Parts: sequence; C-alpha cells; structure tokens
Amino acid sequence: MTTYKAPLREYRFLLQELFDVGELAKLPGYEDATPDVFEQVLEEGAKLCEEVLFPLNRSGDEEGCTFENGVVRTPKGFKEAYDLFRQGGWTALVCDPEYGGQGLPHTLQFLVEEMVSSANMSFGMYPGLSNGAYRAIWHHGSAAQKRKFLPRLVDGSWSGTMCLTEPQCGTDLGQIRTRAEPAGTDGVYKITGTKIFISAGEHDLTDNIVHLVLARIVGGPPGIRGISLFIVPKFLVKDDGGLGPRNGVRCGSIEHKMGIKASATCVINFEEAEGYLLGEAHKGMRAMFTMMNAARLGVGLQGLALGETAYQTARQYAQDRLQGRALAGDKFPDKPADPIIVHPDVRRMLLTMKAYTEGARALAAWVSLALDRAERDPDPAAREEADDFIGLMTPIIKAMLTDNAFAATNLGVQIFGGHGYIREWGMEQLVRDSRITMLYEGANGIQALDLVGRKMPMHNGRLLRRFFHPVDAWLRQRLEKPELQEFVMPVMKAFGRLQQVTALVAQKGMADPDEAGAAASEYLRAFGLVAMGYLWARIAEIALGRLGGDEALFYKGKLATARFYMARVLPETNTLFVNIAAGAKSLMELEAEAF
Amino acid sequence: MKILVPVKRVVDYNVKVRVKTDGTGVETAGVKMSMNPFDEIAVEEAVRLKEKGIATEIVAVSLGVAQCAETIRTALAMGADRGILVETDAELQPLAVAKLLAAIAKTEQPGLIILGKQAIDDDMSATGQMLAALLGWPQGTFASKVAIEGETITVTREVDGGLETVALALPAVVTTDLRLNEPRYASLPNIMKARKKPIVTMSPAELGVDPAPRLTVVSVAEPPKRKAGAKVASVAELVAKLRNEAKVI
Ligand SMILES: Cc1cc2nc3c(=O)[nH]c(=O)nc-3n(C[C@H](O)[C@H](O)[C@H](O)COP(=O)(O)OP(=O)(O)OC[C@H]3O[C@@H](n4cnc5c(N)ncnc54)[C@H](O)[C@@H]3O)c2cc1C
Ligand SMILES: Cc1cc2nc3c(=O)[nH]c(=O)nc-3n(C[C@H](O)[C@H](O)[C@H](O)COP(=O)(O)OP(=O)(O)OC[C@H]3O[C@@H](n4cnc5c(N)ncnc54)[C@H](O)[C@@H]3O)c2cc1C
Repeated sequence: MTTYKAPLREYRFLLQELFDVGELAKLPGYEDATPDVFEQVLEEGAKLCEEVLFPLNRSGDEEGCTFENGVVRTPKGFKEAYDLFRQGGWTALVCDPEYGGQGLPHTLQFLVEEMVSSANMSFGMYPGLSNGAYRAIWHHGSAAQKRKFLPRLVDGSWSGTMCLTEPQCGTDLGQIRTRAEPAGTDGVYKITGTKIFISAGEHDLTDNIVHLVLARIVGGPPGIRGISLFIVPKFLVKDDGGLGPRNGVRCGSIEHKMGIKASATCVINFEEAEGYLLGEAHKGMRAMFTMMNAARLGVGLQGLALGETAYQTARQYAQDRLQGRALAGDKFPDKPADPIIVHPDVRRMLLTMKAYTEGARALAAWVSLALDRAERDPDPAAREEADDFIGLMTPIIKAMLTDNAFAATNLGVQIFGGHGYIREWGMEQLVRDSRITMLYEGANGIQALDLVGRKMPMHNGRLLRRFFHPVDAWLRQRLEKPELQEFVMPVMKAFGRLQQVTALVAQKGMADPDEAGAAASEYLRAFGLVAMGYLWARIAEIALGRLGGDEALFYKGKLATARFYMARVLPETNTLFVNIAAGAKSLMELEAEAF
Repeated sequence: MKILVPVKRVVDYNVKVRVKTDGTGVETAGVKMSMNPFDEIAVEEAVRLKEKGIATEIVAVSLGVAQCAETIRTALAMGADRGILVETDAELQPLAVAKLLAAIAKTEQPGLIILGKQAIDDDMSATGQMLAALLGWPQGTFASKVAIEGETITVTREVDGGLETVALALPAVVTTDLRLNEPRYASLPNIMKARKKPIVTMSPAELGVDPAPRLTVVSVAEPPKRKAGAKVASVAELVAKLRNEAKVI
C-alpha cells in the first residue's frame, strides 16, 4: 500500500519561511486569509484527503468507471466521498463570495488541490473540471448566466466540463467541427458535434453537468478565429433554477485508459443541444486563454502531488526493506541485511524524488502567490508584473513538473524492486496516473512552443525580464557570502548560460522557426532547472541559519537536498545547453518516408 | 443547557513519538500537534446535542501554552460557540486541570461537562473523575451512548466484560469512549466562521488555582526493542520451551 500524509510542515516552510504568505492578507478581499487560516484550512483539508479520499485511490483504480446505456458510474465510495467534499465547502474555496464561495486565495486552493491529487488524483478531476467551468463563466458570463450557473457550480451540486477535443483535433483546435446554429433567440444556439476525451463528461456525482463547449458558429470565419464558447447543460435549467428536461447531450462511451481510471473520460455527442454563447462570438479561444494559466498550473500540481505520494511511500520502504549490505561495511549487523536506504544508488533515487518534489512545490508556490497578486493587487504595475511572471512560468510548471513527476513515480517503482511492478503496492498506479499530466492541457511539447514562440518574444522580452532581473539581483547580493558559494556559484553559472541560449534561440528562431521549435523542449527544461536551482539556493540559505534549532533534522534535509541538486540535478543543464546549440539540422534532414 | 467541553492539545496520533535523549519526556519540538481524539468525540457529541435542540451553547476550554488556542479553534470550527483558554507554560497534571475546570464550571454553570476518557499523550484517564469529585457531580465515564431526558442523562458505559447503563442527575460529568460517535470534518465555511468566534484568555492565578505539579516524573524510556523470534521444529518443542524457558505454562 502507498502511504500519504499531507506534508503540512513543508507547506509551512514555503508559506512562512521561503515566502511570506502574510503579504496576501494585505490584498483587498483577502483580509481573512491570514497565515493561521492557511494552517487551519490545510489541516482540515488534510484530514479529509488522508481519511476519505486516499483509501479510495487503489479501489478506484481497480474498479474504474463503468458505462452502460449512456450512464456512467464512478467507483464504489466516490459518490459518498464527493458528498462529504462538497458539503465541507471544498468546491467553494477559491470562488467568489457573491455566488456562495469562500473567496480564499489561489495559493491556498493550489495546496488543497495538491493534497487531493496526492490522495486520489482521479477524484480530484471532478471538482477540478468544475472549477474550470466556474472560472470560464465567472470571467465571461453575463449577469444572468452567472446567476443561473455559478451558485450550483460553487456548492458542487452541479459539476462542469471543458469540451475542446474532437477526434481529428486536440492540439490544433482550429480544426474543430462541432457547429452552432442560431436558434432564434439571441445568444441561444443549437450545438451539434462529437467531443472526445471529455473528463467528467458524464458521471453519477452531481444532479447536473454544465458543459463548456468550443464550437463553430455556422458561417463564421474559418480556423481558430471562428471558434466560440458555449454553455451547454446536461439538463436544461428553468428560470427558477430548477432542472428542466434533458438537453441533447449524450455520453457515447468512456475510454479504457492507462491511468486515472476512476476519472470518467467520455465521448460526448451533442445533437441540436441547446447552448448559450459565453462571451463574444468567434472569440472562444481568447476566452479559453484567460483560464489556461490556472488550469495548467493545476496540472503541474497534479504531477508534483503524485511525486509526493511516491516519495513518501518509497522513503518508508527504503527504511524497512532489508537487502544487501552497505558496501563500506554492515550498518545493522544484528539484522539479516541492511535497509536499502544505505545504498548510494537508492539514495540517488530518493534524493532525486525529494529534490524534484520539493523544488516543484516551491516553484508552484512562487507562481501561485503571483496569481493572487495579479488578481488583487491595487497597483496596476504590480498586477502587470505578476501577470507577466505567471505567463512566463506557466508552461514551465506544466511541462517540467509533469515530466519530473513521471520520472519520480518511476523511481518510486524502482526503489520497490519487483514489488513496485505489482499492483497491490500501488506504486505502478502512480506512474500510470502521472502519465496523463504530460499530455492534457496542452502536451508538454506544446508548452515548450508556448514558452519559446509566444512568451519569450512577448513585449520585447518583458516577460523574461520578470524572471531574469530578480534572480540576477538575488544572486549578486550573495556573491560575497562564503557559506553560500556552493549554491550561488553553480546557479549563477547555469543562469548565465541560460541567458546566452535565450539570446541564441531568439535570434536563430527569428530567422528559421524550425530552429525555435527544435530548441523548445530542451530550452524549457533548462529554464525550469535553473529556476528550481535558484529556489534551492534560497532554501539552502534559510536552512543554514536554522540547523541549530529544534528542527535540525528538517533543515539538514533541506540543506543536503540543495547540495544534491547543485551536484547532481542542475548539471543536466550542461547537456541541454549543448543540445540547444546543436540546432535543428540533425532533426530535420531526414525525410519522413525514411523513418 | 450549556455544555462545557475541555479539549487538550496533544502530539498527533500519526506521529511516531520519540523519547528525549535526557529521558525527561517525549520530543514535542517541531512535532505535529492536534486535538486529543477522545476530545474530538466529546465536541462532536456536544454539537449533536445542540443540533437536537437539547444544548443551547457549547464552550470549549483548553489549558496550556498559547498554541492551545488552535485546538480551541478546531472545536469552534466543529460547532462550539466560544472558547476559554487558560494559558500557562507550566506542566499541567490531571489534578491541576480538574481544579481549573472546576473553577471555570463554578462561573460558567454548565449543565453538562463532556470530556475525553483519556488523552493519548499520557493516557492517565483521571481528569474527568477528579473533576466530578471536586464538583460533587455524578459521573458517567467511558460513554458509548448518551441520552438526555429532562434533568437526567442516561449514559451507556463500556466496562470490562460488557456495557453498563447509568442514569445521572444533571449537572454531570461524562467522559467519552471511542464508539460514542464519529467526529465530523469541519467544513470550510465553519472554519472561516470559527475565526470570528470569541476566545477569552485567563491565567490559573485568576482562577485561584496553583497548577504546580504534584507528581514527579522519574524517567521516561522507550519500551524495550522486540527481540527476534525463534523457529521451533515441532509443537512438542514449543510446549517444552514455553514450560521450561518462558515458564508461562
Ligand atoms: C485522460 C484524458 C483526459 C482528457 N480530458 C480532456 C478534457 O477534459 N477536455 C478536452 O477537451 N480534452 C481532454 N483531453 C484531450 C487532451 O487535451 C488532448 O489529448 C491533448 O490536447 C493532445 O491532443 P491530441 O490527443 O489530439 O494529440 P495531437 O494534437 O495529435 O498531438 C500528438 C503529438 O504531436 C505533437 N504536436 C501536435 N501539434 C504540434 C505542433 N504544432 N508542434 C509540435 N508538436 C505538435 C504533440 O505535442 C503530441 O506529442 C483528455 C485526454 C486524455 C487522454
Ligand atoms: C513480473 C515479475 C517477474 C519475475 N520473474 C521472476 C522469476 O521468474 N524468477 C525469479 O526468481 N524471480 C522473478 N522475479 C523477481 C525479480 O527478479 C526481483 O523482483 C528482482 O530481482 C528485484 O528483487 P526485489 O524485488 O526483492 O527487490 P530488492 O532486492 O528489495 O530491491 C529493491 C531496491 O533496492 C535496490 N537494491 C537492493 N539491494 C541493493 C544493493 N546491494 N545495492 C544497491 N541497491 C540495492 C534495488 O536496486 C531496488 O531498487 C520477477 C519479478 C517480477 C515483478
């Protein structure tokens, strides 16, 4: 069995030691979100995740969702758990108080999402998608649409979906064929078409499902500029808010897939379904973009969440499993063998997992604090700065955190030896579950293109400067501190090379877009590793000052992991920089037929 | 009717406790602390009595360091109405706690005091009984079921070998056993509302109680490590070993 206890001490470290979450309570609307509120909410959320959601993770994977005559059933226990979750108000955490929400910060929401995904990622998909639908309507809906749909999405009695993908298109949504015909009344359309891979598209957890559907208004412009966004409820909603007749929305089947088996992934057929235009006609993609950052950060967090569960479980196993003797001599002569944690190779794996997971969480917290500032800071310049920073870091978080999660969960299996491969232990499930995070919400290769093709050149490199300037300043201020050299120097060096390749990629990419495309994935990873290196250096600085206190062991763990990062993770950038410099030629010269 | 619920801040039940190297106690620095699980059951029972319209107000009391306010907040989030924190850095033993609670009971005049049958840190199982004695109130300890009718509370007690049912005249002291109920998860709105509920802080001196320990801890040690077992070839050998070596049969 896997092990999971919410890493509350880690959260406190991030919120109160590495960053200052107290700053959030100074933003208008967040007055109640004081550090002690964070603590209490996280503690209560932890109980629910550990005691209710986590025990359903393995059984949910074994049982999966079932489909019969258009009806989808979630695994045993999910409905009861969902009811507890929603009655506990957890679907309302980040939502607008005007519609029954708690109005708490994104930073808190993300930590709760992490706990939920660590405990049971499949379960988290349902409220996760609802939150996406909530945000779309909140941002772009008319007053009447908000009144009609938001309160029920907020209290969780209805859920939501995002219907983008079709059989012929996932990445390239310009090819969407689902069409919308004006139904006579202003803003009302008849939606017809087939969507595939729709998470939470049909299930038995809620009374109604509010689909957000991308479709093309008949006669609109071709390609991506002709796509509009619609609200299409499973049951029509009467003016008094009650449920009316079933809409023309049917689940055609569910997918049988590698992981997140308790999350229903549905084919959804729309047949002249009544839909309501959300936002402006033909501007559906732009509307989607406003929600993309939070959704992509959320996927990055799913990755880190699974890495955490894998780490906690593998750490325990490595202490318990007796196998082989320490190379330098027996550590536990009275036992038949030493615990495998004595072996350098096992430590390499555990430390990689720890460095990835804790570094990822620091990166995610840094960005989520910016998300709160971008929404609430009264100073427009501060909002712009935060917005730029989020735009820059989002593709990095989405892609690097999920790539690392797959690596970390895989190491988890390795530490378990043959037992990692056996279902009963739960380690292989983490690998399977984590795999999807690299694909949906924009495949990781697409994230890299977003970074290199959109974010890098945007506003003449202004987004890049939101990262480069503060990091540069921080490093420079510490050049004279001998005790920090082992951290500052390697980060400084990698940071310098990152700036060089940034110029190189920008320049070569301008002349030949394939050059930018060829460098993109490795550039994103190098950027992410440098960003995480910077945070590990900051963590080391804090830990150095606290080694003598009550929690020496905790800070020793931080310091040793920072050292491991500098010695054995950050150097990966060396290879990446070489690959980036190698350019597109070796990728592009082979004709497709020759593969 | 007003209900008083004492709640104790203890090392979380998930924590693997370690004895301090100097043998004076267990390590609590940097360790996760939570409400004593038996006290959670007490709070839950009080909240249910309020939901049934039997109780009108629930007062959560905690005694100890300033951080005990967090434990009170948890009780408030579950449904208690206000809190009293008796703040002291002194080590508190059951008798001192019982005296302090008795002093609070005299001013608060609750109709019922519900508390955990024991705390999972020292497992004393003494505070409730001492409190009842100090107040001169009837006590129903180890409750697995309670029912209030008029001025009487019927308590089903878990005793060795079965269940015993007692009827007590209110006001009374009840201590909770594990099977009394399953505590709820505090909801997010209730956590937020709890922030606005009042907590009054007072000192042992204000209550006229000297909390100084009456017992001295001589030493705290880890239980002996389990020794490796031995395999025997036959039942006869097992019986012989049990008789001659272990001397248990
Ligand atoms: C379990 C699951 C749940 C999902 N949930 C939802 C959901 O709720 N709603 C929804 O709308 N969709 C959902 N999806 C769909 C998901 O978002 C898509 O699968 C994803 O966007 C990729 O699209 P695709 O599968 O069509 O792959 P393709 O677009 O065909 O991509 C295939 C490969 O080609 C690469 N590629 C494609 N175009 C380019 C390019 N221009 N440049 C470089 N490389 C390129 C990609 O990176 C990828 O590696 C889900 C999918 C799964 C498996
Ligand atoms: C599907 C499957 C089929 C199998 N088929 C067979 C079969 O046909 N016959 C058979 O006999 N066995 C079989 N096995 C067992 C398989 O060979 C073992 O699982 C494998 O040898 C690892 O042993 P273990 O599982 O005990 O892991 P452990 O030995 O406990 O290893 C756990 C982890 O510790 C590390 N480790 C252990 N010792 C050391 C050391 N001294 N130094 C450094 N690191 C160390 C390992 O690398 C690993 O990461 C099978 C296993 C599976 C899952």
